[in-house]
Amino acid sequence: MAEPQPTNGTKNPYDPTVFEGPQIRKKRDVPDGLWMRCPGCESMLYRKTVAENLEVCPECEHHFRVGGRLRVQQLADPDSFEERFAEIAPADPLEFKWSGKRYADRLKAEQDKSGNTEAILTGIAYIKGRRVALAVMDGDFLMGSMGSVLGEKLSLLIEEATRSSLPLVVVCMSGGARMHEGALSLMQMGKTSAALARFDDGGGLYIAVLTDPTTGGTTASFAMLGDVILSEPGALIGFAGQRVIANTIKSELPEGFQRAEFLMDKGFVDRIVPRKELRSEIAQLIDYLKP
Amino acid sequence: MAKDNGNGPAGGYQLPFEKPIFRLERQIAELEGSQAESGRDFSSEIRKLRAQYVSLLKKTYQSLTPWETVLVARHPKRPLGCEYIDRIVKSFVELHGDRRFADDRAIRCGLGRIGTEKVALIVQHKGRDTKEKIACNFGCAHPEGYRKALRVMKLAEKFHLPVVTLIDTQGAYPGVGSEERGVAEAIARNLLEMSRLRTPILCVIIGEGGSGGALGVGVGDRIAILEFAYYSVISPEGCASILWRTGEKASEAAEALKLTARHLKELDVVDEIVPEPLGGAHRSPAEAATNLERFLVRTLRDLKRLGPDELLRRRYDRWRRMGKVIHLELQTAAKS
Repeated sequence: MAEPQPTNGTKNPYDPTVFEGPQIRKKRDVPDGLWMRCPGCESMLYRKTVAENLEVCPECEHHFRVGGRLRVQQLADPDSFEERFAEIAPADPLEFKWSGKRYADRLKAEQDKSGNTEAILTGIAYIKGRRVALAVMDGDFLMGSMGSVLGEKLSLLIEEATRSSLPLVVVCMSGGARMHEGALSLMQMGKTSAALARFDDGGGLYIAVLTDPTTGGTTASFAMLGDVILSEPGALIGFAGQRVIANTIKSELPEGFQRAEFLMDKGFVDRIVPRKELRSEIAQLIDYLKP
Repeated sequence: MAKDNGNGPAGGYQLPFEKPIFRLERQIAELEGSQAESGRDFSSEIRKLRAQYVSLLKKTYQSLTPWETVLVARHPKRPLGCEYIDRIVKSFVELHGDRRFADDRAIRCGLGRIGTEKVALIVQHKGRDTKEKIACNFGCAHPEGYRKALRVMKLAEKFHLPVVTLIDTQGAYPGVGSEERGVAEAIARNLLEMSRLRTPILCVIIGEGGSGGALGVGVGDRIAILEFAYYSVISPEGCASILWRTGEKASEAAEALKLTARHLKELDVVDEIVPEPLGGAHRSPAEAATNLERFLVRTLRDLKRLGPDELLRRRYDRWRRMGKVIHLELQTAAKS
């Protein structure tokens, strides 16, 4: 999933749970320089200006992908995020190996690079003064893929939200299930959905925020189960990867296929919300539904 | 013997690792032929060869590699969902359609009796001949299949029938219409609703457990798998094409993914392995069906004893335990 894509298609294209689409890091142009090019409008942008604009292009409103920590900063009231369940870290239950590489080593490398133990941050935070249980997926960590830790931390957070009657906000960003943990990854879809069912039974409010990209098993579980589903503009949201679909149907995909606007048009997203309005939209929804 | 069920040397579909098995079958058939023709008595040779055949079959199928297991699970003669219905279920009444869009033939739903028990059935079906395969899209369901399944499961809940699902799919269909009509939402909804359905749910992977498309009818109280079926987050070919960058490493990927019944039991993904006949379900569909029926009858009886609250509590705990993580010392964690 986090590996470069092969050019040739596989003979058996039916694996939509694991996303095989575009790479998360590809879109980040010149991340360290002072200037960057917007993939949306080709403008040269001063990095600092983009950062001040919540990583959104001031020219064309292209939403750049943001990592977990930065997302928390952007979404939560300053210093309000109390991280929970950070002690839960990935194991290597399958002792997964491929072409001389080991999942255990890969995890270590991702942890060193990101400073996080896994692809999700969970905790309690305030959004415009409203206390919420907040989960943020981190696309910088193995493409935000869903393994055992993600399922466990999210389930613990949902249970905490159920106990404390807190609104639940989950920011989704994921390449899908993490194949290095095999069927255990797949089972996280069932596990998190079961936790959400209890939360729902208890009258909890769940706001799902879909960001670019939200795909595969993540979409086919908690991402699509929000009482209200918001999406950032232009986000890729889908189940199967676009290449897989194109190979299967052997023709071109429609314009805007699997983008947030497409999903809203088809009836699967409540609202498309620009990043700078996310905080106020979430606060407003909480005031309407769970004051 | 092989000849009786259409798997003989003439009409049989030979898996790569079955060459010696087929050679023996051929020898036995030849001896039988010449015995009949010449009237000479080869019975002791035939007996010897048959014993050899049985022990070879046993040995081969006891030590299948994960990739060979996948090949058995995909065997073109392997019994399919509807064929188990025909053999096991008495007076099956099919219920069609999701009341929203269409009737998806990749998932058959209905009511029937297993043993003395009335049940609702959700059965993935790949199709046997070309015409049927096309009609049910090779077992790759669209969103309406999952929505139909949920509709029938809700019906079962309302009228207190247990639900039995038989799983056999490469995956949900990756097409434009499928995405447009929200296959992800349909699967997600099923996961949530199945986790809290107030009636027993029993799921059996009978062939291919292809990722979310399988799980979409695979949340329940007991998850079982046939001995040579597999269940995986991604197909070995898909995994190989991503990680090894070539689909040809599917055999290595199958190994790494731990997708066989034995591995899944060790990982607690499945609760029970239903044994298959000697040499796989395709060698004796009748025996495979008997084994499955026995398992279903016994487990339905067990689950019936639990009240709905206790049932749901146990179901939740079962799913809540899924996965393997480690707990770091808090100090180490604080660093991150």
